Amino acid sequence: MSSVLDRYSGIVGAHVTDHLRQLASRLVGLKIVHVNSTRKGGGVAEILERFVPLMNELGLDATWEVIEGDGGFYQCTKRFHNALQGNPVDIPEPLFQAYEETNASTAERLRPVLENADFVFIHDPQPAPLLALCPARRGKWIWRCHIDVSHPHRPVWRYLRKYVDGYDASIFSLPAFSQRLSHPQYIIPPSIDALSEKNMDLDDAEIRAVHETFGLNPDRPMLLQVSRFDRFKDPVGVIRAYRLAKHFVPLQLVLAGGSATDDPEGAGVLDEVRSAAADDPDIHVLDLPPDAHRTINALQRAADIVLQKSVKEGFGLVVTEAMWKGKPVIGGDTGGIRLQVINHHTGFLVGSPEGAALRTRYLLHHRDRLEEMGRKAKALVRENFLLTRQLREVLTLMVALTYGAAERIELG
Amino acid sequence: MAEPFGVQGCALLAIATGKRAQTLRELRDHLETVDQECIYYHFWGDMLRPSFDEPEFSNDFASWARHGLHDHKLAERLGVIDPTDYENLEDLRLELIEVIEQRLDEGEMVPWSRADQQFHFLRSQIVVFDTKTRIRKPSRLATIVPKMTAGSVFYHFIDARRRTSYNLDDFSSWLWGFGNTYEDLIGRIAAVDPYFSTLAETRLRLSSLFRSYFSGRKR
Repeated sequence: MSSVLDRYSGIVGAHVTDHLRQLASRLVGLKIVHVNSTRKGGGVAEILERFVPLMNELGLDATWEVIEGDGGFYQCTKRFHNALQGNPVDIPEPLFQAYEETNASTAERLRPVLENADFVFIHDPQPAPLLALCPARRGKWIWRCHIDVSHPHRPVWRYLRKYVDGYDASIFSLPAFSQRLSHPQYIIPPSIDALSEKNMDLDDAEIRAVHETFGLNPDRPMLLQVSRFDRFKDPVGVIRAYRLAKHFVPLQLVLAGGSATDDPEGAGVLDEVRSAAADDPDIHVLDLPPDAHRTINALQRAADIVLQKSVKEGFGLVVTEAMWKGKPVIGGDTGGIRLQVINHHTGFLVGSPEGAALRTRYLLHHRDRLEEMGRKAKALVRENFLLTRQLREVLTLMVALTYGAAERIELG
Repeated sequence: MAEPFGVQGCALLAIATGKRAQTLRELRDHLETVDQECIYYHFWGDMLRPSFDEPEFSNDFASWARHGLHDHKLAERLGVIDPTDYENLEDLRLELIEVIEQRLDEGEMVPWSRADQQFHFLRSQIVVFDTKTRIRKPSRLATIVPKMTAGSVFYHFIDARRRTSYNLDDFSSWLWGFGNTYEDLIGRIAAVDPYFSTLAETRLRLSSLFRSYFSGRKR
C-alpha cells in the first residue's frame, strides 16, 4: 500500500508533495497536538483523520486529543456555535459552568501532553479555555476557528474572546471571519480529502445503484442539493427553481439532507420541504444518516448539476465536493461559495430561484458548456481546495511562528 | 565564474489586517496607510493562494471595483496596472491612489459595496527556505526549472524583482555573473511576462525557453 503522500502525489503532482516535504523538513520531530470535540462526525474530525497521519508521514510527531463533556457542555457549545454564526442566543449560567468545568477536567487529563507540545492546535470554541489552564506550556498555541464568525452574537463572542486572545495566532477560513484580536490572524480556507469515502473515485455500478436505491429515473437529468434542512440553505427556493426549469426541460430533483434530530429547527424545515414538494414524483427528499458519505458521493457523481442555493454560507465544503466530481455548481452569491463558484467558469452565482432556474435550463441545453464547466470546477479544486494545500499553509504557519513574526522569514 | 545558483523554496501566508473598505473613499484612505506588504499581497498573492487560473482581473483592487462596487470603468483602469512597470511598491501605491482619486473626482456619488462584499486588506508573510538544490552550470536550468515548485518559481522569477537593485529575476542576475555569454538568453527571459500568467504557465514557458536555448535550437 503506497503512502498517503504518494497517493496525493498522483492527484496533485510531485511538485506539490515535494513542497510539503521541503517545508516539513524544518519541523521534523516536533510534537504537535490537535484538540477538538469529536473523533467521529463533522468536518473537523474528517480533516483531522487525514491531517494527523499526513503530518506524521512528513516526520512530525502529531497526535489528536478530544475534549469530552456531559450534556450541559454540549448544550453550551451548540449554543456557542449558533451564537457565533449570528443567532442571538441566551445561555444560562449553569451551561457556562459546565463548559468551564469540562475544560478544567480535560486540562487535568491532558496537561502533560499539552504543556510539552511544540504546537497545539485548538479547534473551535469547545476546548478554547485549555490555553489558560496550561500555564507551564512551552510551545505555540493556535486557535483554529472553522465557524463563520463574521457577525457573532456579541455577548457570546466577548465571553469567548477572553479565552482566545491569549493564543499565539488564530486561523480563520475567510477574511470576513477575522475579528479584533491581539495576535496574528491567518486566513487559511478549508479543504476536502480526495481520498476519503466522500470524495474517492467510485465505479460506475455503484454510481448507477443510487438510481435504484432511491427510485430515481436514470434517463432524466438530475439536479441535486446536499445540505442540512436549514432555511439558510433555501431548500424551498430550490424546489421553486426546479419547478420553473421543469416547464422547459425534463428534470428530477434530489434534496439530500442530514438527520435533523440535533437541530430544533430542522424538523420544521423538513416538513416545509415535504409540503412544498407535495406529491411530485420527481422530487426526492432524502433524510440520510450523518455517515452516509459514500451515498452522498454516488449521488453527487450521478447528478447532472449540483445546486447550493444558500442565502448564507460559511465556506460551503459541499460545493467543493461537488466540483471535485466534475460538476458545475449553481450557488448562492454568498460567503465561501463566491471563492469557489467562478461565475460562468465553474458554475453560476445566483440570487433567486428564478436565477437558478435560468442557469439550469442553460446548462441542460448546452451540454458542452456543462462539461467544460465541470472540468474547470475539478481543476480549481485540484489546485486550491485539496488537503495538500491546507497542509502546506499550516506547515508554513508553523515555520513562520517558529522563526519569528517578521513579514519575510529567510531560512538558511 | 559565478557562484552556484541556490534554489530556494517559498510559501506565502495571508494575514488579516483588520482594515476593510465599504466605499471607494475608504479604499483610498486605507491605501494611503497600509503596509507595503498589503499592496504586494493584493497584486501578487493570487499566485500562491487559492485562486482561479483564468481570473477576470489580475489584482484584487480591480476585482473588487468590478464585483463589489460594480464600477466597470474603474475595474478596467485598475486592472491594467502592471506592477512590474513600477520600480517599487511605493510608486505602485501612488499609481493606485491616483487612479482612484481620478474616479472619485469624476463621480457625483462615492461608489459603495454591500456589507458582505467589503474589501478586506490582507498582508503577506513569506517564508523562504533553502531546498539544498544547487545549479552550477547554466545548462542545468533546462532540467532543474521544470521540477521547481510553484513557490520556487515565484521566489526566483517574481519576488526577486523587489530584492535586486535592477528589478531583475534571479535567473538573469545569475547569468550576468558569466559576463556577456548569456546576454541573448537574458533578453529572452525578460520577454516572459509573469503578471498575467499562473506560476505553472510561467514555469512551462521558462522550461521551454531554457530547453530550446541549451539544446542549441535558438528560435
